[in-house]
Amino acid sequence: MKRKDALFEFLLRMGDNTLVLGHRISEWCGHAPVIEEDIALANTALDLIGQTQLWLGLAAEIEGKGRDADALAYLRDAWDFRNLLLVERPNGDFGKTLMRQFLFDAFQSVLLARLLRSSNRQISEIAEKTGKEVAYHLERSSGTVVRLGDGTAESHGRMQAALDDLWSYSGEMFTGDAVDATLARAGIAPEPRELRAEWTATVGSVLASATLMPPGDDFAHLGGKTGEHTEHLGFILADMQFLQRAYPGAEW
Amino acid sequence: MSSEWPLWEIFVRGQHGLNHRHVGSLHAPDAGMAIRNARDVYTRRNEGVSIWAVRSADIAASAPGDKGPLYEPANTKVYRHPTFFDIPDEVGPM
Amino acid sequence: MYAQLVKSTGEGVKSRDEMTGEERAFQDRIDAGEKIEPRDWMPDAYRATLIRQIGQHAHSEIVGQLPEGNWITRAPTLERKAILLAKVQDEAGHGLYLYSAAETLGVSRDELIEMLHSGRMKYSSIFNYPTLTWADIGAVGWLVDGAAIMNQVPLQRTSYGPYSRAMVRVCKEESFHQRQGYAIMMKMAFGTSAQKRMAQDALNRLWFPSLMMFGPSDAESVHSSQNMAWKIKINTNDELRQKFVDQTVPQAEYLGLTVPDKALKWNKKKGGYDFSDPDWDEFFQVLKGNGPCNRERLDARVTAWEDGAWVREAMVAHAEKTRAREIAAQ
Repeated sequence: MKRKDALFEFLLRMGDNTLVLGHRISEWCGHAPVIEEDIALANTALDLIGQTQLWLGLAAEIEGKGRDADALAYLRDAWDFRNLLLVERPNGDFGKTLMRQFLFDAFQSVLLARLLRSSNRQISEIAEKTGKEVAYHLERSSGTVVRLGDGTAESHGRMQAALDDLWSYSGEMFTGDAVDATLARAGIAPEPRELRAEWTATVGSVLASATLMPPGDDFAHLGGKTGEHTEHLGFILADMQFLQRAYPGAEW
Repeated sequence: MSSEWPLWEIFVRGQHGLNHRHVGSLHAPDAGMAIRNARDVYTRRNEGVSIWAVRSADIAASAPGDKGPLYEPANTKVYRHPTFFDIPDEVGPM
Repeated sequence: MYAQLVKSTGEGVKSRDEMTGEERAFQDRIDAGEKIEPRDWMPDAYRATLIRQIGQHAHSEIVGQLPEGNWITRAPTLERKAILLAKVQDEAGHGLYLYSAAETLGVSRDELIEMLHSGRMKYSSIFNYPTLTWADIGAVGWLVDGAAIMNQVPLQRTSYGPYSRAMVRVCKEESFHQRQGYAIMMKMAFGTSAQKRMAQDALNRLWFPSLMMFGPSDAESVHSSQNMAWKIKINTNDELRQKFVDQTVPQAEYLGLTVPDKALKWNKKKGGYDFSDPDWDEFFQVLKGNGPCNRERLDARVTAWEDGAWVREAMVAHAEKTRAREIAAQ
C-alpha cells in the first residue's frame, strides 16, 4: 500500500476516534449526575475536540487536496469515517459512558506512548502535545471505574453490564490491516497487536480493583477502521453535520 | 443512604506562586476526587502547580477574614481570553 | 436579576431608631464598605435573602447550560464546537462557585437543588426560551451574557464576602462569553442572506426576554430598598435595563440588524434611548411556569439528578469502604 495513502487513513482513524468520542461526551452537557462531573466531562470533550483538530488537520495536509479538518469532519459521509466502533456506541448511563471512556483512554495512552517514537516528526509532536491530556483522562476514567465498580451493589451491577456490553468492541483496537502493516514497516506507527499486552495489563489491574470481571469471550466486532459502521454513526453525523449540509458554503 | 458528597475547601499554588491560596470549595466523595475536581474547576485556565484539598469540616478558623484571591488567566485555551475575539472598536466596550 | 420573586422583608428599610444595637453595627459595617463574612453576625432576613438570591443565581447558571448545550452537537465547525463547550463548562463552574458561596450561609447544595426541583426556588426567566437556530447561540452570548455582565460587574461590590469574590471570578470569565456570542453574530450578519435572516430572527425573539432579565420596573419593585441598603442589590432594575439598551443598540446597528422595538429612539435630553417596556404579562406567565421551555428545563434537571443518584451513592459507598479498609489495616 502506498505510504501516503496509509498515512492518510491512519490519521483519519486517529482524528475520527477523538471526534466521535468527543461528540458523544458532549451530549452529557447539563445532564451529568453532579456539577463536578459535568465540568469534568466537558473538559474531556473539549480536549478531544482539540485533539481532533490536530489529527484531522494533519490528515488534510497529508492528503494535499485542499481540504481542512472541518471539511473532513463535516463533509464526509459515514462510509468515509474511520473511527473504532467502540466510540460510536451510545452513551447509555453514566457508568457505560465512563467504561467506554476508560477502555479507550487505556488504548490511547499505550498507543501515544509508541507514537512518541514515530519516525514521522509531525505525528510524534502531536503525541507529545496530547500526552498529558490523555494521561489525565485515563487517571479520571480509571478512578471512576474503580469507584463505581466497587461502590454499591447497584453500581457494581451497572458497571459489570457496561463491561459485558463494550468488551466485544475492544478487540478492534488490536486488529491490524494493510494500513497498519505499511506504517509499522516505516516505523511510523505500531502494529496494533503489539499494544494488546500492555492494554490488557492496565485494564486488568483497574478492573480487579473495581471488582469487575472481563467476559471470557474474545469475539471482536470489526469494521469501523475500514468504514463499515454501526447504525449509530449515521445519526451522529446527521446532528453534527446538519448546518454545513443545509447551508453549503456558509462561513460560521 | 445519604448520597451528599462532603464539601472541600481548595487551595492552589500557581506556577509562580509562593503560597497556596484559597480559591473556593467543591463537593467530592473522597480526597482523590477532590483534587481532580479542583484541577478541572479551579485551574481550567492554567496548570496549578500544587492543589490542596481539605474537608471544610476539618478547618478550624479563628475569625473570618479571607483576603479574596485574584484569579490569573493562562494561555492554553486561547479563545477563553476576551482578546481572542476581534471585536471592532466602534462596537463599544465588551 | 436573580432576585426575581425574591421577596424582600416587605417592611421597607428600618430607621436607625428602629434597629437593635446589633443591626446598627451591622449596617455601619456595610455603609463603611466592609465585607460581611460567613461567621459574622447578620440579620436573619439578610441571610435568607442572600441564600435565595445567590442560590437562584447558581440555579440560573446550571439551567443556563441547557439552551446552549442543545447546540454543541450541532455546532457548525470544530472551533465553534470547542468554544461552545468551553462556555457551557464555564457556566457549570460559575454555578459551582455560587453554590459554594450560598453554602457558607448554612444551607447545603443538595437542599438548594431540592428547592429548585420542587419549584420553591427559581432561575432566570430567560432560560425558559428556546434556542431554535445557531444564531440564537450568538444572541444568547451577546444579549443574555451581556445582560448578566451588566448585573454582575456591580455585584463585585456586594456586601457579602463570598458572593463578592465569586462575582470577581465570574466577571473575569464572562467577557469571553459575550464576545464569543457577538463574534457569531458578526459572522452571520455579514454572511449569506439566510444567515443574516437567522441573525435578525434571533434578535427579534430574544430582545424583549433579555430586557425582562433585569426584573420588573422599579415602580413595581417597592420592596427592594432594604436589599439596596444592605448592598445585596447595587443598582435598580431600570438603571441596569437602561444601561443595557444604551450599550446594545449601537452593537445591533453595527451588525446591520434592527432592534424589534418601533418606539426605540435616542433621547438627547436624557443621553440615552427611549424604549418600549417588555410585555410584563408574558414575564409573569413565564415566572409562573408557562414559558415555552419551563417544563423541559426542569424535567431535564430533575432527570439528571434522579438518574445520577446511583452514581453519587456509589462514590460515597466506595469512600466509606476505603476508609474502613484503611482503619482495619492499622
